[in-house]
Amino acid sequence: MSTEYKPHPEDALSHVEEPATVYPVNPPTKSLDLLGWARSNLFGSIPNTILTLVALFLLVETLPPLINWAFISSVWSSATPDACRADGVGACWAVVQNKYRFILFGLYPYEEQWRPVVSTLLYIFAVAVSCNPRFWSRRLLVVWAVVVFGSGILMWGGILGLPYVENEKWGGLPLTLMLSVLGIALAFPLGILAALGRRSDLPVIRSVSVVYIELVRGVPLISVLFMASVMIPLFLPEGVTINKLLRAFIGIVLFTGAYIAEAVRGGLQALPRGQYEAADALGLGYWQKTRLIILPQAIRLVIPPLVNQFISMFKDTSLVFIVGLFDLLNTVKTALTDPLWRPYYVEAYVFTALIYFLFCYFMARYSQYLERHLNTGVRR
Amino acid sequence: MSDQASAKVHKPGDEAVIKLTNVNKWYGKFHVLKDINLTIRKGERVVVCGPSGSGKSTMIRCINRLEEHQAGSIVVNGTELTNDVKAIEAIRRDVGMVFQSFNLFPHLTVLENLILAPTWVKKVPRKEAIDTAMYYLGRVKIPDQASKYPGQLSGGQQQRVAIARSLCMKPDIMLFDEPTSALDPEMIKEVLDVMSELAQEGMTMVCVTHEMGFARSVADTVVFMADGSVVEKNTPHELFSNPQEERTKKFLSQIIQHH
Ligand SMILES: Nc1ncnc2c1ncn2[C@@H]1O[C@H](COP(=O)(O)OP(=O)(O)OP(=O)(O)O)[C@@H](O)[C@H]1O
Ligand SMILES: [Mg+2]
Repeated sequence: MSTEYKPHPEDALSHVEEPATVYPVNPPTKSLDLLGWARSNLFGSIPNTILTLVALFLLVETLPPLINWAFISSVWSSATPDACRADGVGACWAVVQNKYRFILFGLYPYEEQWRPVVSTLLYIFAVAVSCNPRFWSRRLLVVWAVVVFGSGILMWGGILGLPYVENEKWGGLPLTLMLSVLGIALAFPLGILAALGRRSDLPVIRSVSVVYIELVRGVPLISVLFMASVMIPLFLPEGVTINKLLRAFIGIVLFTGAYIAEAVRGGLQALPRGQYEAADALGLGYWQKTRLIILPQAIRLVIPPLVNQFISMFKDTSLVFIVGLFDLLNTVKTALTDPLWRPYYVEAYVFTALIYFLFCYFMARYSQYLERHLNTGVRR
Repeated sequence: MSDQASAKVHKPGDEAVIKLTNVNKWYGKFHVLKDINLTIRKGERVVVCGPSGSGKSTMIRCINRLEEHQAGSIVVNGTELTNDVKAIEAIRRDVGMVFQSFNLFPHLTVLENLILAPTWVKKVPRKEAIDTAMYYLGRVKIPDQASKYPGQLSGGQQQRVAIARSLCMKPDIMLFDEPTSALDPEMIKEVLDVMSELAQEGMTMVCVTHEMGFARSVADTVVFMADGSVVEKNTPHELFSNPQEERTKKFLSQIIQHH
């Protein structure tokens, strides 16, 4: 009877109150001494000191001339490039002043450009709302439907007294934003489905997913765009045509979807098998299990590569110039065909780069926020 | 000894709720289950023991089809396990399972873990599911942890949540696969206490465990497995004090030495 199951004799001991010891209430604070901080962080060791000195040297060499070029001896405003031609003049921001309407909106009729402005704001609003976890619910779909539909009406016009503006005239920032935001919105679910398909038990679904992912990943985006614009019409019944904007869009979605699928698959594989088994054992069906247990955890694991993909997609939309669309990068290029302003291409590209950077930086920061937010419960 | 008496107030009925007939299973060429025959009656508390690798986990996992058997038949609650997904899901609704590694859902709070399956699988109204969840959290003695995440609980607490999560589905049968093997000694006791209480209420239980004390005080039947076969099956008293097979004697002597 030595193995008889009975309460542990030590159990009673755990209820004995220990005398209270007095501990300091707060952890010790670090003193904020600039000199001490520098000594320990910048000059802590010989290699560290060397690195610090090299970095300082580079900063002193490059920063002042850069600041001088960009801010001090630069021309901010001028109707002609003459002012920029003088000796010792720095950046010629006047090129932006003169060309920003074309850079931002491309060939869209000048008087109607308030329409892409409103459209862009609508999209930014919808993205901002969707980024806040507090608003994550079915109602978001309604917001998106309204925004997509509303901006479609605005951009095309042809009703409500708005003159009709065909696709071919769209361009610049609104085009880039629309392509990437809608592209992400469609490529994300497509990628998830492909990732799930690749792990499916059903051979047909698995093969379709594998072929799609590997085929698309095996070729550059440029060729996907080419194929989309050349080949999609071949598959359509005679008489049906879809315009090149839509074709390019489909190409981008297919391309990004394949990469997202692989990122998501990484997350699916990283989940312990016990999570699948626990969900199965509770009687959850495949879709319930996937939606409630598997995807929330898998996607959270792969936020960094996912956002990486979104960022590179945002920049890759510039490749649609290949099928003749005027995205943000192509509009700058076109604006610079003006021989008067062509010498100041650096300034025009810096301006465009800043716009790209702004959006990409936002995505990067948001991904960090999201990781922290979603990890609150999981972190040990 | 009084413990033992009270634990066995409920006598198992005659109705078989789990019936394994000539069950065979292979992993590749490896014959992991060999002609298993086992009948478990309603309210019966069965402890499965045996050396590591003898196929205990595989057998218990075949009962709710986390593993698929390849020959023979398994009938649970009158339904035979086949490839019929709907039938399997129906059986899983009535058969709870507790794992060695808890397998709580780390992205959900304890309460969300508990109400998830009832609300989605059984379509119980949320309010009612929460009431049930709070009741079972009380039963496993951690009602104050409902809003915490699993990662914030001790191992013993997590395993009790896992038991409560299964109970929230109001199962007829509970399967336990070494529920205490991943726990420290003090936590083992708190989990075994909960399981003993469950046993006293007449729940049909199949439990893989090395806790011989638990088997002695709670089980109606002990099944000894080795090398993929059921070697011996008897009441705990008979099996422990009067084992018939050499293999059983050898295993028991090793266990006793260690305890
Ligand atoms: N997925 C698998 N593929 C191949 N072999 C497996 C697999 N799962 C288990 N096995 C093998 O089957 C045998 C039985 O495994 P099982 O987990 O059922 O043993 P067990 O009795 O539960 O052992 P333990 O007490 O260590 O948990 C072992 O030899 C194991 O290596
Ligand atoms: Mg096992």
